[in-house]
Amino acid sequence: MEVKTIQNEQTTTSTTERITGSEAVVKCLLAEGVSIIYGYPGGAIMPVYDELYKYQDKLHHVLTRHEQGATHAAQGYARISGKVGVAIATSGPGATNLITGIADAQIDSTPMVCITGQVGSHLLGSDAFQETDIVGISTPVTKWNHQITKASEIPEVLAKAFYIAKSGRPGPVLIDITKDAQFEAFDFEYKKCTAIRSYIPVPPVDDSAIVAAAKLINEAKKPMIVWGQGVVLGEAEKELTAVIEKANIPSAWTILGASAIPTSHPLNIGMVGMHGNYAPNVLTNQCDVLIAIGMRFDDRVTGNLATYAKQAKVIHFEIDPSEIDKNVKADVAVLGNAKESLEKILPYLKRNEHPEWRQQFQDLYDIEFKKVINNDLNPTKEGLTMGEVLKEINIHSKGNAALVSDVGQHQMVACRYAEFNVTKSNITSGGLGTMGFALPAAIGAKMAAPDRDVVAIIGDGGYQMTIQELGTIFQTQVPVKIVVLNNDFLGMVRQWQELFFDRRYASTELVNPDFVTIAKGYHIEAKRVTKREELAASIEAMFAHEGAYFLEVCVEKEGNVFPMIPTGASVSEVRLE
Amino acid sequence: MDTETQLFTVSIYTENNVGLLNRISAIFQRRKINIESINSSISEIDGVSRWSIVVAVSETQMRKIIGQIEKQVEVIKAYYHDDEETIYQESCLFKIKSDLLFEDRQIQNIIKESHARIVTVNREFFVLEKSGRKEEVELLYRELKPFGIMQFVRSGRISVTKEELKVTPILEAFHA
Repeated sequence: MEVKTIQNEQTTTSTTERITGSEAVVKCLLAEGVSIIYGYPGGAIMPVYDELYKYQDKLHHVLTRHEQGATHAAQGYARISGKVGVAIATSGPGATNLITGIADAQIDSTPMVCITGQVGSHLLGSDAFQETDIVGISTPVTKWNHQITKASEIPEVLAKAFYIAKSGRPGPVLIDITKDAQFEAFDFEYKKCTAIRSYIPVPPVDDSAIVAAAKLINEAKKPMIVWGQGVVLGEAEKELTAVIEKANIPSAWTILGASAIPTSHPLNIGMVGMHGNYAPNVLTNQCDVLIAIGMRFDDRVTGNLATYAKQAKVIHFEIDPSEIDKNVKADVAVLGNAKESLEKILPYLKRNEHPEWRQQFQDLYDIEFKKVINNDLNPTKEGLTMGEVLKEINIHSKGNAALVSDVGQHQMVACRYAEFNVTKSNITSGGLGTMGFALPAAIGAKMAAPDRDVVAIIGDGGYQMTIQELGTIFQTQVPVKIVVLNNDFLGMVRQWQELFFDRRYASTELVNPDFVTIAKGYHIEAKRVTKREELAASIEAMFAHEGAYFLEVCVEKEGNVFPMIPTGASVSEVRLE
Repeated sequence: MDTETQLFTVSIYTENNVGLLNRISAIFQRRKINIESINSSISEIDGVSRWSIVVAVSETQMRKIIGQIEKQVEVIKAYYHDDEETIYQESCLFKIKSDLLFEDRQIQNIIKESHARIVTVNREFFVLEKSGRKEEVELLYRELKPFGIMQFVRSGRISVTKEELKVTPILEAFHA
């Protein structure tokens, strides 16, 4: 049981051959360069699975233990590689189980193609066994979707699916294929899709907007950048680095923008938002020019919009025109992909230093360090903190591991304290906040990047939402490292109950099973840590172990994540305690 | 930001594909906006559909919704206009008992003055058709109501804009 690494080159077949729809599906995937897909078989998709059996040395199918796991694994694969992730499922419940992952991919702009089987076309609308209107159900959470009822549609529709999923602002696409279309024979020919007349994936860069933006940046005394995932998706890391270094602009990131620039970079001033760093949150309301790059001013980033950066001129670099002025009014909007726009603006930018302005960030960081960070990373009181676990992970990963976090307190701690040297290293569910994301996503990430350390950091709540994927790890022997930070609580909800609901801990306390025994049941090497003295050695052992490894760290039960911007408060009202 | 609600006509040019109605109506549904009327038909461009959707929203909200509509892969272009910027019509049908037509002089006068058209007459009923602005249609409805209306139906608004909508150049640019 080894994970095969297959490299499929993208190809275009020019010759026609007579094959079935289901074989065509496999051939389309191969032509798109797909080498791994995640899924779960069932009645309406069986013809395709039969072809997957025949093509198993060319296309590796990973059997997850639940279709939701297949979507998250495909997402993890996509997020670390930049390629399109593929998930496949049967009709009815198989298809509906994909929805959470699809919604997650939609809000986090992850390129993913989902293929579902459907009952025979003569049965459509008859309430047949395992029939569900998955095209209808998935419409609000897909970038595009389509139902195929004739085999001859397969090549063109799948080519479009991959093109739409990956181009412009990426997103999930669902293709539903009736069982008769899978069986039907037709003359197959594959042509990649390169354009659709009603679809403009990347708006052209307007040079006058570049000049206007450069003028504002050059005149700024207190400029600040907030970048998002657009930089990662657009592979604009180098261009962003060049811009911030030339003009010496303090630069912060949204949760999905993390790792685009190394955390050690002196101009990287940390994360913005609800649990972001103190300095960039407070100084958002003092900067004179706010430069947003590939980010969408999510409410978790802005806090109260009425008091968000009102003093600043706003420049918005964005690929999706519908994001301009959606939440924050832009004084200058630079449409286009981040790579091209940043490359174009660089020659217009003047060298600048901004020493006093940069010092303000340092001063506020020092306050945050004293009040929060030091206590998190170097605690002296009893009870392990999540922060010190992250510190140990950093020591052993040397900042080179990809971290896949779930949702909740541990996610905020991971994003705040993880050290990243390499881009595409922070894989987490940002927009949708999907508990259960991390374990399957880590599987996909590790398969896409077998040479990298992939560490899943998960809370005890989210872990149990997709814990069955331990079976996938066992069966495929994918060597992911799993760290569960166990506080026997749904910690983030408990924190809110403590702060805003007078400590009424409604349904947030968890009576947990023996996680180590469960991991061992799946023949995964496992250990539990309860004492500070054991932590460093345990994390070292986890990294040293060749195969998959499960480490449970029992952390303090009622630890809180700070800084925090309470809901409805301004970013400058960020609390340190 | 403006929060005042006003009536807008949304004009959308799209590919003619199954499921697009669902996709576009979902954009309104998600924001809990009631669609006043909706019409989809062919347009002046072969193979391209044209939609007219009437909604009451603020202009800020309208702009954001247009952005979300245009973002859909199969939407070519979307516009919004207020009533002053469009020429629009609605159409309605009344089914009324035939004896009224012969026995009541007043009803004949109403039909004459409203410029409504009799589509069909038989022994039991006649069908009256009226096209015009919403107010005109509503006036006729109020006038006929006391006589007893067997059935009434009104179409969604269809409208053309006073400004030129440059959709053909977009498509030509693609094929060039």
